[in-house]
Amino acid sequence: MRTILPFGPQHPVLPEPIHLKLVVEEEKVVEALPNLGYVHRGLEKLTDIRDYNQMVNIVERVCGICSCIHALNFCEAVEEMMKIEVPQRAHFLRVMWSEIHRIHSHLLWLGLFADGFGFESLFMQLWRIRERSMDLMEATAGNRVVISTNIVGGVRKDITEEQKTWILAEIDKIEAEVRQVEKTLLSDYTVKSRCCGKGVLTKEQAHQLGAVGPCLRGSGWAQDARMTGYAAYGQLDFEPVVEHDGDSYARCVVRFREVYTSCDLVRQALAKLPGGELAAKFKAKPEGEVWRRVEQPRGELFYYIKGNGSKFLERVRIRTPTFANIPPLLAMLPGCDLADVPVIVLSIDPCISCTER
Amino acid sequence: MSMLKDWINKGRLKSPWVVHFDCGSCNGCDIEVLACLTPVYDVERFGILNIGDPKHADVLLVTGTVNHRNKHVLKNIYDQMPEPKAVIAMGACGLTGGVFREAYNVVGGVDKVIPVDVYVRGCPPKPEAIIDGVVLALEKVKAKLEAAG
Repeated sequence: MRTILPFGPQHPVLPEPIHLKLVVEEEKVVEALPNLGYVHRGLEKLTDIRDYNQMVNIVERVCGICSCIHALNFCEAVEEMMKIEVPQRAHFLRVMWSEIHRIHSHLLWLGLFADGFGFESLFMQLWRIRERSMDLMEATAGNRVVISTNIVGGVRKDITEEQKTWILAEIDKIEAEVRQVEKTLLSDYTVKSRCCGKGVLTKEQAHQLGAVGPCLRGSGWAQDARMTGYAAYGQLDFEPVVEHDGDSYARCVVRFREVYTSCDLVRQALAKLPGGELAAKFKAKPEGEVWRRVEQPRGELFYYIKGNGSKFLERVRIRTPTFANIPPLLAMLPGCDLADVPVIVLSIDPCISCTER
Repeated sequence: MSMLKDWINKGRLKSPWVVHFDCGSCNGCDIEVLACLTPVYDVERFGILNIGDPKHADVLLVTGTVNHRNKHVLKNIYDQMPEPKAVIAMGACGLTGGVFREAYNVVGGVDKVIPVDVYVRGCPPKPEAIIDGVVLALEKVKAKLEAAG
């Protein structure tokens, strides 16, 4: 017998409103039909009344969790369009804040994932560690979540030598504490029984359905937009994290190991941090078309902007990683048990406010 | 009967249950609400519990702008909550619509749809401010209880 179960928009495991109609036969999910639009604000259209400098503040609020990286991508796109030479120090500081943001986002997700399969003490532990990265952002930028450090032409804030030493010490502590929970998360029998083999996305499927980020890398593709070398990533050394199983567990492992990569990138960026100006001065009006892509914690983020010679951009188009990861999610769900739905939905790290904007 | 009622009311004020609804927020406020539950801020030591079912809740914590699609969901959740109840609107968006107030799909603040008791400002508010907001909301619940006798 077929039954349709509503999942969301207000649901304990979902921090955000998304509505899935789950068609179930007994306990097995046969089909999942997404129903979106609960967070749609229409902020791309705000470009009609906000100029390109003000738009930086708007695009930061596409998503609070990866706000810094949205602003980074938008600023880089505008800079490319107006041919602004960004100072090297700004590039390295942008990398530093992006990677601190990635650490906070991944630890947040790992905690929510642990909560999703009912491991509440692990959730608490991971969020305790995450508070260190929040402190780093508050101390360097002045706000805990939406840090607003990127502006068109460079960055707004600088760090002192003392702060640099302190940031490095905190990053070491984060890494050491994450290593302590590694055994609990990655070799625990209960965690494996809830995640291994759940929501498998094969290597071919991942490519055909256009998965991005940890979802793609969990299925065996070594693709990371940071390898394109935007900001200062071209001068830093890192390897994309790849797993081959394609299940929820593989995606969890990818994100877990990316925390270490991010810690390492912060260290490298601070070690190579050059002196000099924070932001370039410029006199230009945006004109033409530009697209840019960067790596968000959830995957590849794509911006297309079009200028018409006035200070208001004609079009801002944002394609976010969760939007790309919804077709793979709908391919993972059929055939799973109803009890595994929260784990599988969480495993793509859904960010609905990004998707709907 | 009145003894039982006193006992229930005491429980209500000493351990408020909060239901959190993301009403078109950018997640900034939501992760700060979750941060309140975790060891550094730990609101459970004050008896504040985050629960998923509006039928069990005393306080509704709303983050984000109200838009044309989710205003019905918000009203529905509010109507499901038992009296006496308090509503906290959180963040610049929940108060007035914030930076999105001029966007085409945005209705405005939470108070356009349901009555709001406490406003917590900030983009996003710090966890300390959220805890303070819940404590203030409890005073409103207390006043409502006294008014009801």
